[in-house]
Amino acid sequence: MPLEVVVAAIGLLGVITYAILAGADFGGGIWDLLAWGPRRTQQREAIAHAVGPVWEANHVWLIFIIVILFTGFPTAFAALSVGLFAPFHLALLGIILRGAAFVFRAYSPQAEQKPSQSSQRWGTIFGAASVITPVILGMALSAVSAGQLRVINGVVQSEGIVWLTPLAIAMGLLALALCAYLAAVYMTLETRDELQADFRQRALLAGTAVVGLSLLSLPLLYFTAQHLWEGLISIRAAPVLTIGVLAALLSGWALLRWRFQLARGAAIVQISCLLAGWGIAQYPYIIYPDVTLAAAAAPRSTLVFILVALPLGLLILLPSLWFLFKVFKSAPIDDL
Amino acid sequence: MDTLTAARAQMEVSLAFHMVFAALGIGFPLLMVISEGLGLKTGQAHYLALAKKWAKATALTFAIGAVSGTALAFELGLLWPTFMGFAGSIIGSAFTLEGFAFFIEAIFLGLYLYGWKRLSPLAHWLTGIPVAISGMLSGALVVAANAWMQTPVGFDLVDGKAVNVNPLAPFLSPAWLDMALHSTLSCYIATGFAVAGVYAMGLLKGRNDRYHRSALTISLGLATVTALLQPISGHISAQRVAKDQPAKLAAMEALFETQAGAPLLIGGIPDPETGEIHFGIEIPKALSFMATNDFNAELRGLNSFPPDERPNVVITHIAFQVMVGAGFALIGLGLWFWWRRWRGKFSLSRRLLWALVLGSPLGFIALQAGWIVTEVGRQPWIIYGVMRTRDAVTTVAGVPQVFYLFSLLYIGLASVLVYLLRQLATGYPAEAKESEATHAA
Repeated sequence: MPLEVVVAAIGLLGVITYAILAGADFGGGIWDLLAWGPRRTQQREAIAHAVGPVWEANHVWLIFIIVILFTGFPTAFAALSVGLFAPFHLALLGIILRGAAFVFRAYSPQAEQKPSQSSQRWGTIFGAASVITPVILGMALSAVSAGQLRVINGVVQSEGIVWLTPLAIAMGLLALALCAYLAAVYMTLETRDELQADFRQRALLAGTAVVGLSLLSLPLLYFTAQHLWEGLISIRAAPVLTIGVLAALLSGWALLRWRFQLARGAAIVQISCLLAGWGIAQYPYIIYPDVTLAAAAAPRSTLVFILVALPLGLLILLPSLWFLFKVFKSAPIDDL
Repeated sequence: MDTLTAARAQMEVSLAFHMVFAALGIGFPLLMVISEGLGLKTGQAHYLALAKKWAKATALTFAIGAVSGTALAFELGLLWPTFMGFAGSIIGSAFTLEGFAFFIEAIFLGLYLYGWKRLSPLAHWLTGIPVAISGMLSGALVVAANAWMQTPVGFDLVDGKAVNVNPLAPFLSPAWLDMALHSTLSCYIATGFAVAGVYAMGLLKGRNDRYHRSALTISLGLATVTALLQPISGHISAQRVAKDQPAKLAAMEALFETQAGAPLLIGGIPDPETGEIHFGIEIPKALSFMATNDFNAELRGLNSFPPDERPNVVITHIAFQVMVGAGFALIGLGLWFWWRRWRGKFSLSRRLLWALVLGSPLGFIALQAGWIVTEVGRQPWIIYGVMRTRDAVTTVAGVPQVFYLFSLLYIGLASVLVYLLRQLATGYPAEAKESEATHAA
């Protein structure tokens, strides 16, 4: 297999990891914004406790993806930076505001006692930024697949907002619903009793939205992004996507039966297969239809460097990550 | 505002903002680890109270450093797509290794911040050590990307493309080691003196307790040692710049004419039109000696470079003077403190405490001024001698709008953050004081 394909596969793994970890942190922000019912304060506290220790580490996967992209495929990164100038800035705005608002709220005066006015304001910004960012990132994925972004002789032809299509909006909303779903499913394992029931209910709501938006995007894919549709139903991608659909159904069933461990596992498989299927359908393009992996790839020596440095880095990273999640995610939060 | 100016301004604002919090994110973890270590060793509660306070400050600054750093990674492409298309595969290794260090820092910071109750005291302290080390490493590693822009090596230029790329090029760049040393020291100096100012203020308000005294001792211990090392590191840097980037050295020193036995200029406002310097003091032959170890060495003046390859001499020279002046002022401040402390335990005079308060931003002023020297002194090049900044900038319209928006955002965030850090400075936490009193009784 050519080296650039291996590097791209690693990048895709980064995207998947970011989605299942940081996606849930964004989802936490969504449920913080929407918190309702008699226990909304406890819901917000539980989310803050669940997100607090891990969100920084989860966020680093985005940096990982960007670094892989510009190191391994520098000209594609340059083209995306021009073509997606506006959405990338919006995503950055969301990322900066979310991180800042989260710590500002956590450390605002009297945060430890009753929520003050200023900490509520930061909470709203935290929630709003958590909604904007996944939508934009979902739209960006659509933009590189749907064919509106043209790059001729290395020059981006289509500036402005050509990427803003019905399909992009549907993909953005789907990303949002998936984040909300993941977060709610994870939260069922971090809470007990009534709070757990609250998050189960939210997971079911978000799951319904995921199913609805998926069904909505099918005709959009078929009519507006023919090649992506064909890629998705191709013999390469279809098995992966089928597993993803089955996992989604299993996850929903497990939620209905209060089997939350199973629901979480299946939800992770669902998201992973969905993104992997997209990646396979997208192959061999980074930006369809003008930029292929091979054309944008860095010199061989750089690709080799990435492939050597990654396993060495993971040797330190993975045990550290395991330790982090073992300390904070092995039992519901009571003692923080 | 044209796109190039706006893009440079946007980069400047983003870097200036990021650097303050990144520097605190490197300095604070070391202070907190030292303090918690002292607490574990001596069993004195006020050290742990300090560690907890500094951990909160670390959490705030690290988060802002992390998100603004992410923004910078994107902005390299958003503002300078041609540069990244050309150089991404070369400087990528610096970002890859920095990414790992940063990842480790984020993981262990999560453990440290939220693990006070879930980990044993020793295990908790141990999780702080990787935070301090990887914080320092991530800064030193990512500077390699900038070092490569100063002294690009490790590739061949064929038809405007980089071929035969050595992926470790950023680390082979002659500028890397001395820039990494200089910038790492500056993070500790800036954090140390900034922290010292807060506790000096507390002492001035009459909070003369061991909590405040220990805070001063720890922060000024770190800051003074690093401030004393900084001139040595600066000297190494300057000699390297003299060799590899003569135009930058000429701009730093406002040296217009090529000459043997060049004088060292202290202060002064250069006039690039006439080549004259107003209000400066010249020390004969000193620049030649400092740059080359030879009093009579010939140094290139700005006029020996084509007009379109000269950096802005006014900005570069003044920024350089500010950096050096602030650096030496801080050395004096640190030595003054230790002299008083050695002489009379803790009979710190109000004059010294006020000097510490007023001097507390100087480290950050020096740090920012130093980056202005590095970056403005490299112009008009984005990659020295290889690619001009104006050829690297994006073609997208709307950069000025982005600049205004992000400037407002950063000013807003910085104000809130300074306010929250200020709120953290509440004096000796009552519960720690009580537990210590009971302990002593």
